Amino acid sequence: MDFDLTEEQRLLKDSIDGLLTDSYDFESRKKYMKEKGGWSKAVWGKLAEQGLLGLPFAEADGGFGGGGVETMIVMEALGKALVLEPYLATVVIGGGFLRHAGTDAQKAAHVPGIVDGSKTLAFAQLEKNSRYDLFDVATTAKKKGDGWVIDGEKFVVLNGENADTLIVTARTRGNRRDTTGIGVFLVPANAKGVTKKSYPTQDGLHAADITLTGVEVGSDAAIGNPDDALALIERVVDEARIALCAEAVGLMDESLKTTVEYIKTRKQFGVAIGSFQSLQHRASDMFVAAEQARSMSMFATMAGDFEDARERSNAIAAAKVQIGKSLKFVGQQSIQLHGGIGMTMEAKIGHYFKRLTMIENTFGDTDYHQRRVADAGGLV
Amino acid sequence: MDLAFTKEEQAFREEVRSFFRDNVPPDTRRKLVEGRHLSKDEMVTWWRILNKKGWGTSHWPTQYGGTGWTSVQHYIFNEELQSYPAPQPLAFGVSMVGPVIYTFGNEEQKKKYLPRIANVDDWWCQGFSEPGSGSDLASLKTKAERKGDKWIINGQKTWTTLAQHADMIFCLCRTDNNAKKQMGISFIVFPMKSKGVTVRPIQTIDGGVEVNEVFFDDVEVPYENLIGEENKGWDYAKFLLGNERTGIARVGVSKERLRRIRDLASKVESGGKPIIQDAAFREKLAACEIELKALELTQLRVVADEGKHGKGKPNPASSVLKIKGSEIQQTTTELLMEVIGPFAAPYDVHGDDGSNEAMDWTAQIAPSYFNNRKVSIYGGSNEIQRNIIAKAVLGL
Repeated sequence: MDFDLTEEQRLLKDSIDGLLTDSYDFESRKKYMKEKGGWSKAVWGKLAEQGLLGLPFAEADGGFGGGGVETMIVMEALGKALVLEPYLATVVIGGGFLRHAGTDAQKAAHVPGIVDGSKTLAFAQLEKNSRYDLFDVATTAKKKGDGWVIDGEKFVVLNGENADTLIVTARTRGNRRDTTGIGVFLVPANAKGVTKKSYPTQDGLHAADITLTGVEVGSDAAIGNPDDALALIERVVDEARIALCAEAVGLMDESLKTTVEYIKTRKQFGVAIGSFQSLQHRASDMFVAAEQARSMSMFATMAGDFEDARERSNAIAAAKVQIGKSLKFVGQQSIQLHGGIGMTMEAKIGHYFKRLTMIENTFGDTDYHQRRVADAGGLV
Repeated sequence: MDLAFTKEEQAFREEVRSFFRDNVPPDTRRKLVEGRHLSKDEMVTWWRILNKKGWGTSHWPTQYGGTGWTSVQHYIFNEELQSYPAPQPLAFGVSMVGPVIYTFGNEEQKKKYLPRIANVDDWWCQGFSEPGSGSDLASLKTKAERKGDKWIINGQKTWTTLAQHADMIFCLCRTDNNAKKQMGISFIVFPMKSKGVTVRPIQTIDGGVEVNEVFFDDVEVPYENLIGEENKGWDYAKFLLGNERTGIARVGVSKERLRRIRDLASKVESGGKPIIQDAAFREKLAACEIELKALELTQLRVVADEGKHGKGKPNPASSVLKIKGSEIQQTTTELLMEVIGPFAAPYDVHGDDGSNEAMDWTAQIAPSYFNNRKVSIYGGSNEIQRNIIAKAVLGL
């Protein structure tokens, strides 16, 4: 049992923290938001240069063979700096599908572009009525010759506006809520029949609603078994949840730090408001919540390698519950302790709160995961 | 980062578990599961079994009878002990006064007291809190005046847990009225049967009598019963309170209780079916289990840190363990109340000293709920813990 980082992991942490300290202060972030697509190609290039975009891929595929802990380190750092770039969509999720089930040809076609920063991906999964159920898929993929024809609507596709390649979940057979008959397909973003409605999200990222109308893809488009890919989808989404937990921990750390600094310096009634016990206790409760979240983020990271899929999913669901509860408390109280200034776009704390809030509703909210844990027979 | 225990640690867990299985008297275990109090005899019998095995004072330095276990082994031992469940060693002796004596006491005191603490030949109680000194412990007034080779002690202590069983008390006494309040306190030990010591039981809201008031009326104590230096008692008290860091989370206790809740909830009916099938209840239970898992991980982080970097100074993380640990313990007793519903009402007027088993075990659930309100109050109230975090961690 060991919670320490290895020497290499510490170096990784130092290097990404250093990169973001240099290039990602709050003012720079505002500039990046205004760039085309809503994030900085230059920063993305720096992440590529440091090998961070290739981190989780096997060395044979041109990556660096990093594991869950390495991704946790990166996501925590990205959270701390409130990074806009599509690491989750491209490296964690897109990369996840390729790593777990991509053929050699698929990996050869996509991994090098991810690693060198020239290509980004997006995961087109959410549908109008699917909410958080990954098996709830109405989009269809009908066999045509060797390939498929995909029809359906996908919503809030993160990085959907910019991605070169979409990873689309679609049903090859059965009914909307069947757990079998679901496939995962690589679709070029510029394929005929793909239309996008792009928009910024509440937290400053960019997403798109995507309509696929008679989109034809070849036999090489399916990742994994086109008739039975739910387990693959669950595995990759679990890894996305783990990554979100780590990102939230970084966000909470920074929120707490910023808030504590604020109440140490903000004076009312002639004293720093941090000298008031009611505020001290609130800040202490935020610390407790953030530490509990950190513990569960570590737990989720290690659970990512559990052999038993049920045990893995249950542990990650539990982590998402704890993170959801903690982030709501830390986020809301950060605004409360900042007072009026916390309500302004000008102060950075509100932006942390917004990103935290969006994380709660990504890939299952607190209630959803709590129900999953309850239905699985609990956690003791 | 790695969650797995080593093969040796897993073997150790097996060894501990099988020892409990073979040696904890079944009646003792059953009473703990049912939330009943144990008699003095039942507790002492078990502690002597533990001491014979060499595990009664596991965390003491080996030269005084400790085991030399790693932090992780201590963690495993505690978890198994709490979740079996078996009675925990008497904290007042083994965890509190024992370490003060082997750290600050003289050779004679070590020889005299330590073996008797280990074997519970002396049952110790703690004379810290006073009617006017709760969270502000340093304001205590009980006075020890030096007269020749004796101390004359006058004053009153309160919340003295199980003083009715105690042979010895360790007491914080004011020995210098002119010094700053923390600087004039000494740590003195003496027999409870000394002339002038009176114990008055306090009945708590659960109906039980765990705590007492203890009065000192010109109690004469030999001067050599002072532990360490005169007027340094506050330092020893802080050492004593900071000594116990990870046990306070009581993860094993809550785990055992959650298992019991699951078990009962599959038997007790609500709406014509077991209450465990009620979605709202099940989610509440899951929520508590998730909180506990997070706490367990937080505790493991502290344990791993101690293993790597030594115990050193009290770790403010222990305040997190205390706050969350007590909240979760309280939630588990609430959930038990919810399971039992209207059958929580019958009250056993005889209390429960471990002898009266006429009442159904359900009668212990409400008392356990009432009794557990104390866990966020004692050992430095949760509000004090928040003060500690604000100051020591956040720098407020």
